[in-house]
Parts: sequence; C-alpha cells; structure tokens
Amino acid sequence: MDAIQLVEAAQLKKGLPEFKPGDTINVHVKVVEGDKERIQQFQGIVIGMRGSGMGTTFRVRKISDGVGVERIFPLHSPKIAKIEKVIAGTARRAKLYYIRNLAAKQIRQKTSA
Amino acid sequence: MSGILGKKIGMTSIFDENGVAVPCTVIQAGPCYITQIRTKAKDGYEAVQLGFDEKKERLVNKPEKGHFAKSNVKPMRLLREFRNFSNVDKLTVGAEVKVDAFTKGDKVSITAKSKGKGFQGVVRRHHFGGVGMTTHGQSDRVRAPGSIGGSSYPSRVFKGMRMAGRMGFENVTVKNLLVLQVIAESNLLLVKGSIPGAKNTYVVVTK
Repeated sequence: MDAIQLVEAAQLKKGLPEFKPGDTINVHVKVVEGDKERIQQFQGIVIGMRGSGMGTTFRVRKISDGVGVERIFPLHSPKIAKIEKVIAGTARRAKLYYIRNLAAKQIRQKTSA
Repeated sequence: MSGILGKKIGMTSIFDENGVAVPCTVIQAGPCYITQIRTKAKDGYEAVQLGFDEKKERLVNKPEKGHFAKSNVKPMRLLREFRNFSNVDKLTVGAEVKVDAFTKGDKVSITAKSKGKGFQGVVRRHHFGGVGMTTHGQSDRVRAPGSIGGSSYPSRVFKGMRMAGRMGFENVTVKNLLVLQVIAESNLLLVKGSIPGAKNTYVVVTK
C-alpha cells in the first residue's frame, strides 16, 4: 500500500451503498444549528460522480418548490450520516447534466425503467 | 529547533474534526541518521549533519565511504547540516532522528527545489501585466516586456532588469505550514497545503 492510500485508509468509509448516476438517493446530512446537531435529508437524482479516493464527490439534483437545486457531496465526508438508495435508475451516461433542461416527465422516462 | 529530511510523496485531503476537507501534502520524513556533529572547537561552528535515503554500495565513492564509516551509518543519498539543533549535547553520531520529533499542530518550514518551468516570458516569470490590448498597431506584442532602457535616458539597461529566462528549479522555502498528522510507524508527516517541488523531491523540514 502506498503512503497516500495509508493516510486515506483511516478516513475512507466502508459499507457505503453502491449507487451510480441516474439513481435516486436520499442523503442524510448532519447540520449544526447553534449547539445542536440534527439530520437533514436531501433526496434527488445523482447526476454525476467524479474523483477517486478521498476526493470522490457526487452531485445530486432535486426540484424544490419548482426550483432546481444541486448539491455536491464529498462521498467520504463525516458530515454525511447515511446514504439510502431509493430508486435504481437506468441512465446510460456518466454525467446527466442534460436533465437540467428536461421536464419532470422526461426525466422520469430517462432515468427509470 | 529540530529538523528532518524527507521526500515529497504527493497530495490528498483529509477531513478535520468539523468535517471540513483540508488539502494536505504527504511527506516521507526520515528515518534520518546523524552522520556528523560539527563542534565549535573543531569546525568553528555548531551543526548536526543528517543523512536520508539509503543508497547502494556500488554508488558510494571512497571519500563518502570513509565519511559514513566514521559514523557507522549506511551510505545515504542526501546529507544536510542543521544549525541551532536543540539538545545537541544529548545527540550522538549514528543516532536515528525520527518524525516523532514533530507533533500535530506544529508550525514548520519546508525547503525544497521547485519544479522547473523552462524558459518563460516576463508575464509568467515576473508577473508583468503584458500590453493588455491588441489594437492601435500592437497586435503582435500582447505579452511583451515593454521598454527596458529608453533611448535618451538612461540609454542603457539597468543591472538586474527583470526579463524572460529560465524559471523554477530553485530552492523555495514555505514557512508556517501546519502539521496535520504524524504517522510515526510509517515515518509520514502530513502538512496543510502545498509544498514546492515534484513528487519524490527531497525536502528539508524544520521546526
């Protein structure tokens, strides 16, 4: 094992659910408010993943009150309490940036069976 | 003061206690061996010489062989002297200097040879502004240095005028780097941010 892997090994998460672009996932994010910590959920479609090792990030898009919201999460961040796979997608691309310009119905057709 | 020799391994990021990703450089620091101790009486100054990175027997020439035989240390590729080493009286020739001389939270200085950039113009090498426009007849000198001497005064080029030339591959020191982690069993040192040089560049770390 090389030195960089050794350094990262301590912080890499194990037992993460497998998911890929096109899947709908629910990310449980720890949010600190004052001195209290609570869990906030962010559910949406994964539209891309990039990087490797500690630098892996994924991008989740959802429509919130009619406004498109995208968040980029570091996969191994300690702020992510849990990731749940809600719906398995059928996307054939690695990056689904084109769904930003699609209607909700078209997105459903593109990303689910 | 304490110091150690090492090698740049590469960069990664780790998460701190607040969950913030912190960029860091991994350094293979040591094990180093004390190959010589310079004393005021004998050498006129005080210093500790450290050796790092073992080298093969066949690469060692005769003078080097004698030098390493004196300290009973295996031949090393890199030798560097450190002035103002703390606890000089307690150090012995041949002793090992390990990365555990540093602890998390220390501020260190790191000196290394920067990456060579080759022949570069004044915009990249000295941060000149360039011309900034391509109209009024200057379509071909966007990154030109401009006047360097003047025709009537001074009518010559001043010494040290900043011009194009070889850039990089020089000793660069970065100060006040925060030590994020020390992994003693595998001789690794993690510092926040970037350090000069390419991967496998020798570095000098001082505290």
